[in-house]
Amino acid sequence: MAQNSTVLICGEQEEGKITAVTKELLGVGKILAGGLNGKLSALIIGSDIRDSGEEAIVYGADNVYLVEDPLLSQYNPDSYTTAITQACQQIGPSVVLLGHTTMGRDVAGRVAFRLGCFPCMNCTNLDIDSKSLVQTRSVYGGNAIAVVVSRDSQLQLATIKPRAMTPLEPDSSRKGEIENIKVKIDDPAIRTKLVSTTKEEVEGIKLEDARVIVAGGGGIGDAEGFQLLQDFARILGGAVGTTTVPYDEGWVPTTSMVIGDSGKTVKPDLYIAIGIRGASQHITGCSESKLMVAINKDSDAGIFKVSDLGVVADYRKVLPPLIERCKALLAT
Amino acid sequence: MNIVVCVKQVLDPEMPTEKFRLKDNQVISPEGIPLVINPCDAQAVEAALRVKEKHGGKITAITVGTDESKEVVRRALAMGADEGIILTDDAFAGSDSLATAYILAQAIQKIDAVDLVLCGREAADWSMGIVGPVLAERLNLPLITLAKNIELLDNNILKVERIIPDGYQVFEVSLPAVLTVSNEIGLPRLPTGMGIINAVRKEIPVWSNQDINTDVSLIGANAEGLKLLSLSMPERERKCEIVGGETPDEVAGNLAGKLRVAGVI
Ligand SMILES: Cc1cc2nc3c(=O)[nH]c(=O)nc-3n(C[C@H](O)[C@H](O)[C@H](O)COP(=O)(O)OP(=O)(O)OC[C@H]3O[C@@H](n4cnc5c(N)ncnc54)[C@H](O)[C@@H]3O)c2cc1C
Ligand SMILES: Cc1cc2nc3c(=O)[nH]c(=O)nc-3n(C[C@H](O)[C@H](O)[C@H](O)COP(=O)(O)OP(=O)(O)OC[C@H]3O[C@@H](n4cnc5c(N)ncnc54)[C@H](O)[C@@H]3O)c2cc1C
Repeated sequence: MAQNSTVLICGEQEEGKITAVTKELLGVGKILAGGLNGKLSALIIGSDIRDSGEEAIVYGADNVYLVEDPLLSQYNPDSYTTAITQACQQIGPSVVLLGHTTMGRDVAGRVAFRLGCFPCMNCTNLDIDSKSLVQTRSVYGGNAIAVVVSRDSQLQLATIKPRAMTPLEPDSSRKGEIENIKVKIDDPAIRTKLVSTTKEEVEGIKLEDARVIVAGGGGIGDAEGFQLLQDFARILGGAVGTTTVPYDEGWVPTTSMVIGDSGKTVKPDLYIAIGIRGASQHITGCSESKLMVAINKDSDAGIFKVSDLGVVADYRKVLPPLIERCKALLAT
Repeated sequence: MNIVVCVKQVLDPEMPTEKFRLKDNQVISPEGIPLVINPCDAQAVEAALRVKEKHGGKITAITVGTDESKEVVRRALAMGADEGIILTDDAFAGSDSLATAYILAQAIQKIDAVDLVLCGREAADWSMGIVGPVLAERLNLPLITLAKNIELLDNNILKVERIIPDGYQVFEVSLPAVLTVSNEIGLPRLPTGMGIINAVRKEIPVWSNQDINTDVSLIGANAEGLKLLSLSMPERERKCEIVGGETPDEVAGNLAGKLRVAGVI
């Protein structure tokens, strides 16, 4: 494989627009390319994707490779793994970055294996230290942060945690070449079939965008309790989040509201944790909230150690009057 | 159905955060905190048991570890798995995800006519989530990750619901295949009394590198793909002001007032 210090990001697009994580990949990719004295290239896969190639340049790519193939119009683990691997072999980058997304986390391990390198998954920070990729990630359910470096600097591959890195400001004066490259995907290589996709989006404000989050855990006790949390969130103009327990118990219908290690990372202005113990796997997803408030009936609960304001009480007793008080304040 | 489930032993991820300690870039096993089966792996065993209940078959639980790892295999047996295998050898010590996948692949190839290999979505300690995918590559089998529901259709086709951030995708794959199982599959069953007795009685074969013939240059600490520079604990602690009051209404009023002062409502 040629050694030309290219940082290659595997971008993703939806309906011709590059996704948020793609902009983040370009943002961090630019820094790494600087550290390597190399260039930042973007790879985009699909069909009808030329516009997204131009957008990638606006967000920092020095050049773009498009792989357009009818077989790639829809995500498929087999065809995408093959396409990304072949594209990397043709381009010869020294660093390959993907988002830790539906696509990225699915293909990264296999792409890395086929290219003969070690994949480092879900990184929250990336840096270059004398040609080597320094990777920071959360381990032990958020209890610890590991900084690791690839032993082999020839080719290094990582996925980045969405929302952990900063995109560049778009600049339409940036110029770069957009080039189509061809890959060969055999039908027999496609062994899995995507039959359907079902969205379970929660109504109202998206958790990731909410300024206020009311989160409930195992202490909520039943589905009716979550109704009360919904009311509270609506009044505050916020969204409801959960730990994993309410889904396991069947009080909420989906895991799309889960915050933490296996769910979403949020940074609202106000986070109100109700009936939540404060397990590291949960806190890792909300610890950057500006103001953390805990309501828990156990004064020893770990959640108080990571909160700014706390109420030691049964939430069923304090939440109804709290809703009324907030309503009254918001009316003034 | 011949199902293999890969199970890993981990430090109990549900232990209280304050018990988690580091020394010299290493996690120190806190006293009184047991090693447990990785939660997603218990869920993978659960998924296998659900398939077996409907379609019959045999479940083999397999782990790469030390003698101590017998306990995770026993846990799987107590839940209802039929066989267990322990892969242990000095040469395996310190293996990373790629090496672990290679060791598992060599072992699985020794087991007759495997239809389905299940892994957890990720190990609760290092959470790379790549043993399953690399195992699929090694075995040259198709892979579906993040399964939350699986159903065997006719013609040896498996229907898999795969978790995505706001919903799920449905995939079909013909067997044999490798899956990684996500926690959305639901709580795993607890072992029964009979299950525990069976698990204790069961002979669990121990395989060493002689049994599976891995190339030792690709496994163990020397083959590690990453070097650890540092391991630290995040600073998350805040100073918590407890808001009080005589009655719930007074507490609520005081809290609402503070939220107003902070400018967040
Ligand atoms: C690999 C892995 C990944 C994980 N990922 C996540 C993740 O992404 N997000 C996540 O949240 N968890 C995750 N978990 C689970 C996590 O470890 C904890 O089990 C979980 O966060 C605990 O949820 P909880 O605090 O709501 O529940 P519990 O442990 O049940 O705690 C309930 C709390 O509510 C309090 N309480 C009870 N009744 C009341 C009442 N009436 N009023 C007020 N307080 C009350 C109790 O005192 C207690 O503190 C993960 C675990 C693993 C192993
Ligand atoms: C730099 C570095 C330092 C490390 N230091 C340590 C350390 O000090 N102590 C330590 O315990 N670990 C350490 N690890 C982690 C260890 O290398 C991995 O845990 C191990 O190789 C498995 O990979 P994973 O955790 O990424 O598994 P994942 O890919 O997340 O596992 C996914 C699934 O694969 C299967 N699986 C994984 N491992 C096994 C296994 N052993 N047997 C059977 N099935 C399995 C399970 O089904 C699991 O759910 C370190 C890793 C790195 C990168």
